[in-house]
Amino acid sequence: MATDSPMIEFTHVSMRYPLGAGSYYDALRAVSFTVQPGEMVFVTGHSGAGKSTLLRLLTLMERPSRGSIVVNRKNLERLPRRRLPYYRRELGIVFQDNKLLPDRTVYDNVALPLIAAGMDDREIPKRVRASLDLVGLLGKERQFPVVLSGGEQQRVGIARAVVHRPSLLIADEPTGNLDVELSTAIFDLFASLHRHGTTLLIATHDLRQVSRMEQRTLTLQRGELVRDTHA
Amino acid sequence: MKAWLLRHAQVLVGSFGQLARTPIATALTLTVIGITLALPAGLVVAINNLDRLSTGFDRGGQISLFLKQDTNDAAAQKLAQQLRTRSGVAAVEYISREAALAEFRKHSGFGSALDALSGNPLPAVLVVRPEAGTSPAALETLRTALARQPGVELAELDLAWVKRLHALLELAERAVWLLAVLLAAAVLLIVGNTIRLAVLNRQTEIEVIQLVGGTPAFIRRPFLYAGWLQGLLGGLIAWLLVELGLLWLTGPVSDLAGLYGSPFGLEGLPFASGLALVASGGILGWLGSRLAVGWHLRRQSFR
Repeated sequence: MATDSPMIEFTHVSMRYPLGAGSYYDALRAVSFTVQPGEMVFVTGHSGAGKSTLLRLLTLMERPSRGSIVVNRKNLERLPRRRLPYYRRELGIVFQDNKLLPDRTVYDNVALPLIAAGMDDREIPKRVRASLDLVGLLGKERQFPVVLSGGEQQRVGIARAVVHRPSLLIADEPTGNLDVELSTAIFDLFASLHRHGTTLLIATHDLRQVSRMEQRTLTLQRGELVRDTHA
Repeated sequence: MKAWLLRHAQVLVGSFGQLARTPIATALTLTVIGITLALPAGLVVAINNLDRLSTGFDRGGQISLFLKQDTNDAAAQKLAQQLRTRSGVAAVEYISREAALAEFRKHSGFGSALDALSGNPLPAVLVVRPEAGTSPAALETLRTALARQPGVELAELDLAWVKRLHALLELAERAVWLLAVLLAAAVLLIVGNTIRLAVLNRQTEIEVIQLVGGTPAFIRRPFLYAGWLQGLLGGLIAWLLVELGLLWLTGPVSDLAGLYGSPFGLEGLPFASGLALVASGGILGWLGSRLAVGWHLRRQSFR
């Protein structure tokens, strides 16, 4: 059963970037942890601690220098390149800058993962509406991102991240550009998704929201995992 | 299958839309592709017309059969009749010994000298005209076969200028192929560069599609359609340019041919060749686009 295996398993994962002239920068150093299905986990730490690197490794935007990463029973090291798009369809990704396409409507932005996955055209409108309803933006389908507020744009980004019902939602500083009120709304939305059974891994330096959520927290410092509240 | 086709139709319409959104840039690109494809196509048309012209002058390829002195009129006529039924032979003209002498007397200026001869020294001749378009090698084979016919003393064929013309046409044909290959490469580069710029303009979109699980084929699709459309429309423009050029030249060429008493007229690109030109444009556009997008996707760090 899928529930018997961890959703995420990092084992001695290191990421080293060459700086030239034989020197290196270690963004992650032998990081190990597991996340069970249905868990909501925060990754915190100062800028440069390795939060974004950890998420980039999870989304396979990069491959680790050392160690192994298993997600949903898939060893990412052994994942062939042609399987990469199919792996990413199991993930939902929320970006700090939301990465919405400005020349497409809210509907088209949210529908993008479904179209990319080749979903039946009749199913797409239902899924998009359900997703927009979840983030409280039903009725804004025909609008373009530029006319929405920062908080609304981020919620469109979340709607796009969950429209294909991923088993794992990854968010990289999702409230980095938002004020306290909007940040609270976004984190409440994550809590709601968590209650619906989604596994979440959220990188943030917003410690106030993290402590309010009372969930497991991994703290990184200069690439090392220095604290795991669950361990 | 229906959904798949619908998706492709949507992408095709979207690609049309992308091209229509930048009308000036699109028009310039299409014109450049059209001119580039029209050059070899126009040269092929010119060579085909020259080839037709050369086969029209097939008198240079005629074979003269000089018959033995003892061949009488009836035997010569019989041989002529046999040769007329032979494959590869278009016509046979019989010139009797008397007719040959009369002609020689008329044109040579040796009339009085001929009177001094006791008999007619000229042989009867069969002038064999091979079928139009017979190659120099086939003409030579035919000459050898005719030389072996009973009653034939000598078979002569003047191939020098036919060979020279065919050699020139062959050289020109090769030059056109070389030019066509170079210009095809040019079309690849033109479309490739246009698509490369389009890819760079849509960099963020490509990244997002990759991160939400879009396959490379899904990412490539709109660019491939755009490249294919550009090549296809460029091919159509090339066809139009060739036909317009021919239309412009038809009158003067007919006038010139008329001065030489020839009914020769220019022939345009056959419909099938025109379609092949348009299809080639489409294939080159698709290929140029495929190379540009493939190169770009391979360079991305999180492919």
